[in-house]
Amino acid sequence: MKGLRQFIDKIKPNFQEGGKFEKLNSTFDAFESFLYVPKKVTLQGSHIRDAVDLKRTMLLVIIALMPAMLFGMWNVGYQFHRAIGTQVSIWADFWFGLQAVLPIIVVSYVTGLAIEFIFAQIRHHEVNEGFLVTGILIPMIMPVGIPLWIVAVGTAFSVIFVKEVFGGTGMNIFNPALVARAFIFFAYPAKITGDSPWIYGFSNNLKAVDGITGATPLSYCAADNFAGLPSLSDLFFGFIPGSIGETSKLAILLGALILVITGIGSLRIMLSTIAGGVFMTWIFNIVGANQYMNVDPLTQIMMGGFLFGAVFMATDPVTGSQTPSGKIVYGFLIGVFAILIRVFNPAYPEGMMLSILLMNTFAPLIDHVVVQNNIRQRMKRLAKINKSVLNQNK
Amino acid sequence: MQVIKIKKGLDIPLKGEASKVVATFSLPNIVAIKPADFINVLPKLLVSPGDHVNAGSPLFYNKFDENIIFTSPVSGIVSEPVRGDKRLILEIPVTTDPEIKYEQFGKQDVSSIDTDKIKSLLLKSGLWTFIRQRPYDIIPAADSKPRDIFVSTFDSSPLAPDYQFILKDSMACFQTGIDALAKLTTGKVLLGIDASIKANIFSGVKNAELNYFKGRHPAGNVGVQIHKTRPINKGETVWYLNPQDIAMIGKFFTEGIYDASRIIAVTGPEVKNPVYCKTIIGSKITQIVEGQARQEHIRHISGNVLTGSTIKNDGFMGYYHHQLTMIPEGDYYEFAGWAMPGFKKFSNSRVFFSWLFPGKKYDFDTNFHGGHRPFVVSGQYEKVFPFTIYPVYLIKAILAEDIEKMEALGIYEVSSEDFALCDYVCTSKTEAQQIVRQGLEMLRKEMS
Repeated sequence: MKGLRQFIDKIKPNFQEGGKFEKLNSTFDAFESFLYVPKKVTLQGSHIRDAVDLKRTMLLVIIALMPAMLFGMWNVGYQFHRAIGTQVSIWADFWFGLQAVLPIIVVSYVTGLAIEFIFAQIRHHEVNEGFLVTGILIPMIMPVGIPLWIVAVGTAFSVIFVKEVFGGTGMNIFNPALVARAFIFFAYPAKITGDSPWIYGFSNNLKAVDGITGATPLSYCAADNFAGLPSLSDLFFGFIPGSIGETSKLAILLGALILVITGIGSLRIMLSTIAGGVFMTWIFNIVGANQYMNVDPLTQIMMGGFLFGAVFMATDPVTGSQTPSGKIVYGFLIGVFAILIRVFNPAYPEGMMLSILLMNTFAPLIDHVVVQNNIRQRMKRLAKINKSVLNQNK
Repeated sequence: MQVIKIKKGLDIPLKGEASKVVATFSLPNIVAIKPADFINVLPKLLVSPGDHVNAGSPLFYNKFDENIIFTSPVSGIVSEPVRGDKRLILEIPVTTDPEIKYEQFGKQDVSSIDTDKIKSLLLKSGLWTFIRQRPYDIIPAADSKPRDIFVSTFDSSPLAPDYQFILKDSMACFQTGIDALAKLTTGKVLLGIDASIKANIFSGVKNAELNYFKGRHPAGNVGVQIHKTRPINKGETVWYLNPQDIAMIGKFFTEGIYDASRIIAVTGPEVKNPVYCKTIIGSKITQIVEGQARQEHIRHISGNVLTGSTIKNDGFMGYYHHQLTMIPEGDYYEFAGWAMPGFKKFSNSRVFFSWLFPGKKYDFDTNFHGGHRPFVVSGQYEKVFPFTIYPVYLIKAILAEDIEKMEALGIYEVSSEDFALCDYVCTSKTEAQQIVRQGLEMLRKEMS
């Protein structure tokens, strides 16, 4: 360990101002602070600081994503082998899935981080940790059959136009991972909708055994084929086709538990999102004008990316509401709109993505109303005092 | 007894609480007043180096407000002031006499003298400078009329001195001090009292409204107590004082002298034997810390770890500080520190496994734990900020220098110390205290 530290200290001057590689300063700093927490001390304000930093926070989000990711990898293998009519061991399924998913993860990270490093260097900023999470979220909301170049294009678009042009991590208005998906959804719809992309190899005309279509629960619904919906337990445990990370509700709930215990994810947003979804479904159940409206709340919430979105996307602190009461409204409306879009617009089977992006737009407005309310209370108090002073002077 | 519960906050589990013993030292051979301890004070010397002064004799006045006089805490010979950039005065040292000679102001019966007399005596003796005003934390102008006067009788910050212990023999003086202060306001004197202590020595105080508070830090911050009882509106001013300084004011009226002796708590994980210690305002700390440090590489803080100021091991105690804290410096590299389980790392978020061991105490050091980032995590400040104010919005308004917005968001009700825990908990390592201080200064200049 000492040798490594000495080596870093030795090469450090090359990367500082006036050094040979000063253009790589931010990059060097990113790697150095990745290996070692800097020896910087407090100079003003509080003399002691909490041990938490953004790296730790992001690391924990990634850990929380792991159950869903690992299950997703296994499920990729499982769905593939099921489709071609063979049965292999759990490990063989997982190994197959790992090989299919890893390239997507690598492409997402390499594209995104390269852009982040370049922008950090241009701005002379430290490299921000935000992309560590975005980089793994993107593969998790992709179908396994997505071509790698599309992943790269989508990631690049979202990092540049959604994050960096707004000023980088902490400044963005929309959730970058969701924008990457939305971009692909609108630019290359054939690659991310329909029945073929959800099972590995299907887009390359792989022949499946009879009765297996690769359709996700949402595509069944969009096609008015409600009889084809998988059982509740399959929906919950995730033995269904779908985006890589979204299928197992159990794994997602495990992640939610980690986020809530560590205090990183907002339980308020998660619960109110689900409440919003249940509420809207309940309204639809009452109206009951068509079959989609009659789908029960539990199925609605366990279909598609609803739960994944509620736990990992809606809780993004940068693009969501930031005031405690704002969070409740924000989450609730996400749930409402997600179900509304699903049921009313079968052209967009995944309502959650659009709903969260929509509410990202409105989050600042919700917070504005909450804060204005606080200001109004203060003004009222002041007005009361001024009035009594006036009365005294009379 | 109605108790106001403060639900939000954080008690930082720092090691090194002072045991309830008072160590007595001989007089420090040198004391100093540091103008940097005050806000909006430009010192203009009233004495020359080599002059002899008594305890209570004027040393300098404030160029911005000539009525505000600062007096010497001890008798002795004035030394050459220590100056910094642009000849700015940093320290005005006085070499102490072997025995203190006091300036005589004459004994007073507080109940029979009038407001003007009290005011002029406080101004003349320099004791006025122990009064501070909210908003802005400045020493109030001589003609300032406070709406109320607030006193927090307990300090909830890490390893804070216990005024129950410090003032147990000075309650008569404290009461006299309160009686004097009560004449300076048309409103009330409000005492914030720790509800968790039974047989609280302050519950017998007369001539003041008593409010009981319970909860974690910052329940003892006067700002929180003001906010929960009679919040400050735009255009209003209130005063606040430290309880030990009130006892000093009481003693001034009963005995006619400015006795600047002060009991401070010497605390922190690097102190071998943390105790209380009787010393003098502005005392050099050499004597106090001699032989007490566990190691060489430590930071001496006049005040507590959240709001205090760094001083050298031969520096001087701050004017408003009743505590000396010694913690290790944290200028080390930590390999993959952010990725470790972190059993020895305390955090208010449960991101390290240390949260499984509540009640454990830690050696905190001065490491910054990361780098500065834009705001990412939300809801973090709200957990430790018991005001009905949106802290991050206020900070953003200050950064944007939007004065109207700052007012609307409630900047008059806060002071930088109320944001000390925000500094501490922030994942993005935002310097909240400093930003709020800047905001208040911006506002003060705009209003004057």
